[in-house]
Amino acid sequence: MDAWFLYIGMYLGLVMLLPLYRAIFGPTILDRLIGVNAIGSKTTALLIIVGLLYHRADMFIDIAMAYALLNFIAVLAASRYFQKKKGLGDEYS
Amino acid sequence: MINITVAFLMVSGLIFFTGGAVGILRFPDFYSRLHPAGKLDTGGFLLVMAGLALYTAQEITFDNVLTAAKILLIVIFVFITSPTATHAIVDAGVRGGLGHWTKS
Repeated sequence: MDAWFLYIGMYLGLVMLLPLYRAIFGPTILDRLIGVNAIGSKTTALLIIVGLLYHRADMFIDIAMAYALLNFIAVLAASRYFQKKKGLGDEYS
Repeated sequence: MINITVAFLMVSGLIFFTGGAVGILRFPDFYSRLHPAGKLDTGGFLLVMAGLALYTAQEITFDNVLTAAKILLIVIFVFITSPTATHAIVDAGVRGGLGHWTKS
């Protein structure tokens, strides 16, 4: 079952490359924020799979919980900050 | 038997994650990109985490049940916070005056 979890983790890492394109080349700031949010929610699942691979899931679960909390706070703070930015609509052609 | 259930749940979750990633990449507009980002990530997260919790709690000891309960607590937390974050991004777009996509 360990090799199965390894393949699941590798595929999850490959899927994370698609929102990374949107986070790098996104036309607006909020598109980049969507990409970062999608990568963060996949990373929370990936951390627990890494914990099962190391047979220390009880330790990695706390890191995953902290990462989910941090992802939520980061997206909320960034979206509250950028809504007052002038010229957010000019960048979108 | 329990391994087959875990495999089915995790592969279903990965299909959801793949659809969400392709949707974020391919949709034409910022507002329509939020639709796969908000729904499919949350649904795929529930399925993958349910498979991991079932695999962790297959032999009943105190530590394994505590780990599975923590996984379910993360799922409940994400089910509250992920739609809230998506709504905050939409609110930022509307207040910033971002126009929506029209078929041209």
